[in-house]
Amino acid sequence: MRKESIPVSALIGVIAVIALSIASRAQVTTVQEQQWLNSPAATSHVHGLTGDAQRAAMNYRRYCVGCHGDLGDGNGEVAPWLDPTVSPGNFRPRDFTLGVFKCRSTPTGTLPTDEDLFDTIGRGLDRSNMPIWNQLTNQERADLVAWVKHYSPRWQSEKPGTPIQIPPEPQITPDRVKAGQDVFNRVQCWKCHGVQGMANGPSASTLQDDLGRTIAPYNFTAGDRPKCGKTDADLYKIFMTGLDGTPMPSFVDNIKPDEAWDLVFYLRSLEHPNKNNAKEHEIARQLGLKPVNPNP
Amino acid sequence: MTSPRRHFAGCLLVVLLALAVVPKANAIPAFARKYGLRCSACHETWPILNNFGLKFRDNGYQLMNDRDAPIWQNPSYWPVTFRITPIWHRVSANTEVDTYTGVTAAAPYGASAVKSVESSGFDLSGLDFHTGGTLEKNISFYVLPSSDPTAAFHFETVMARFDNILGTSWLNLKMGRFELNNLLSEKRMVGLTAQGGIYQTYHYIPVGDANIFGQMGDNQLGLEYLGHSYNDRTRVSASLLSSNDGNVNLIMGSNSYSTFLTFDQGIDTGKLGVQRIGAYYWGGEAATYYRTSAGVAIPGSGIGNKGFYRVGFTGQLYLGPHFDLNVVTQHGSDNAWFGQGYGNAVNTNGNGATTCTAGIAPLTTSGCLPNNTPGTVLPVGSRAAIWNGYTFEARYVFNPQMIFIAHYDAERMSQQANGPGYTGLGPTGIAGPSPSSLGNINLWDVLFRYNPFMSSRAGMAIQPEFTVFQQTGTGPTNPVTGLGTTEHSSELLIALDFAF
Repeated sequence: MRKESIPVSALIGVIAVIALSIASRAQVTTVQEQQWLNSPAATSHVHGLTGDAQRAAMNYRRYCVGCHGDLGDGNGEVAPWLDPTVSPGNFRPRDFTLGVFKCRSTPTGTLPTDEDLFDTIGRGLDRSNMPIWNQLTNQERADLVAWVKHYSPRWQSEKPGTPIQIPPEPQITPDRVKAGQDVFNRVQCWKCHGVQGMANGPSASTLQDDLGRTIAPYNFTAGDRPKCGKTDADLYKIFMTGLDGTPMPSFVDNIKPDEAWDLVFYLRSLEHPNKNNAKEHEIARQLGLKPVNPNP
Repeated sequence: MTSPRRHFAGCLLVVLLALAVVPKANAIPAFARKYGLRCSACHETWPILNNFGLKFRDNGYQLMNDRDAPIWQNPSYWPVTFRITPIWHRVSANTEVDTYTGVTAAAPYGASAVKSVESSGFDLSGLDFHTGGTLEKNISFYVLPSSDPTAAFHFETVMARFDNILGTSWLNLKMGRFELNNLLSEKRMVGLTAQGGIYQTYHYIPVGDANIFGQMGDNQLGLEYLGHSYNDRTRVSASLLSSNDGNVNLIMGSNSYSTFLTFDQGIDTGKLGVQRIGAYYWGGEAATYYRTSAGVAIPGSGIGNKGFYRVGFTGQLYLGPHFDLNVVTQHGSDNAWFGQGYGNAVNTNGNGATTCTAGIAPLTTSGCLPNNTPGTVLPVGSRAAIWNGYTFEARYVFNPQMIFIAHYDAERMSQQANGPGYTGLGPTGIAGPSPSSLGNINLWDVLFRYNPFMSSRAGMAIQPEFTVFQQTGTGPTNPVTGLGTTEHSSELLIALDFAF
């Protein structure tokens, strides 16, 4: 008799725990969320795949909710520790409800394409707590794109912007690097990034994002990867589309496409030397390029 | 149910309910704290790694976000996690017990019979101190002092590693005492019972065999090369190991080495997830003869190396976000000398044997293993021991906080070391060739693991588990037939597994 009673009592406890845990799952499911998830905006189309937000629920809860929160508002449990005012150098998680994204191929102020979000998930955001989620399958990433979109009403009423046209990358020449420096000076990149690209321009310490939080400009010399991709085309896109939500504007009205490539080559010459910018560094050395002088 | 029993059940229920709604702990697991990620980001359920966790580990415990070096951490960051597990368990095993019937002067305990002996109570696991992380970008370490329940410590893992050498993810090296690159990690399994807490396939040794050096589940001493693609879909590793089963001081298996090779490939299958299939090979030699002094085996003097190998396939198959099936197969072989019990004559590490004190000891001498001294010849009928092993582990992830796991091991001898023509006493004391099924194992383990909370600061799981273990011929001797019976044991366990 005694042999049987102990396991039975233990099993009662186990059943109670299972029931509790099932009940706890309901806390993150709301009627509102279901309505959004069932809307046409809660889908994505990228690389021939159709993403379904419903399918992403598990992966969002597993990988994303800790930072971005159950409501997608960037207020996950660890968000307070990522606040730059608490932990300098960190970045608050993205608030998906605003529908504002840094890394886009589309003009400033517009929604990004599904592919932009897909690439951001797979690439991660360097120097932030957003990891590289490239272990996910393409379908899982497409599903997460759809999930991200379901948080903001902007996706219900707006279409993504049309991606900017990027002309083919020209051959790098000394003239182009020199011309790029002229562009760097003319559009005053140095005000934030500094005359040597060291993020120490006169405005650097005053920068704030759209939510009033302190933000630092990119330091080209530190050897880090740009947040929105490391290819020349990615760099081109960054200053031609701007990083929405940050003080980095779009220069599409100030820089012609051909000049944009010149600027790319010059920016590469400022970067910490690596195997991808050896040519730019060599040209800058041969030219004897000195840092721009804002007050000639 | 009587009143005291009802009281016990009620108390247990209240405790479990209280734990199910326990508030957030203030303690901090090492990596989750460093990166601000929840346990579930890297773990299917901690400590089982998911594909993201596997990539994180393969990158040397780095997210590769240019903020991995310790210089970027808050100075107060201390990369330590403690893990300990209080349990209640009920253990049952068939045992030959005295019946006290027919007591005589010559038989003071009377006759004996095989009966199930049961015991239950509250108990404790050992304590693990996990400390690891980056020393500098792409240079990392892991140290794991681990104790048994009596607080006797040993170093389970000690290793330093260099990752992304020359800027490529295909060149990573580590050296020290570490877990082999097993796709299905035993060190990260959540089974907590005595038999269900290991994969039998990773530790299988035929009955009478003394080759302890081929246990894939034990951390080993050596050097490992690991290469992987940027997204970790393709992984390859090669390890050079000392054949000493991870034991320090070169006491056992000195002067002998083995090689462990693995390859696995992840395949993108869309909605189903990443399927991973692979293969492994472990081949090498270990000593069977230890030089003697006054007949006593000299630790560290091993020579007379003989060969062994383990080879098999691995699979990690995801059938959507909720279900995955893990498979490991093994084809194993030990040289005939190992099969006859040679190879472990200086075993002093508590594996159940003691040092033989002189010459060749017969296998039937309790606790004494033989030494392959000059002039030793194998008995007629001796041959290599060969077997096949299969491990299946199915997991159903209801949500990241709740997982169900069923695990089955099958070990099947295909060739006993004591073959036709063998006339001596076998490992169970029976003369002649061993029965073909001697040592076969079946193990079933089912468990449910629930994390009452999910945070980046601490982890806790409530885990009921039930295990049944059977091994042919290794149970108590049937007093009537004189043959070994099937060893049969079971364990019911409820654990509070927490790390902080």
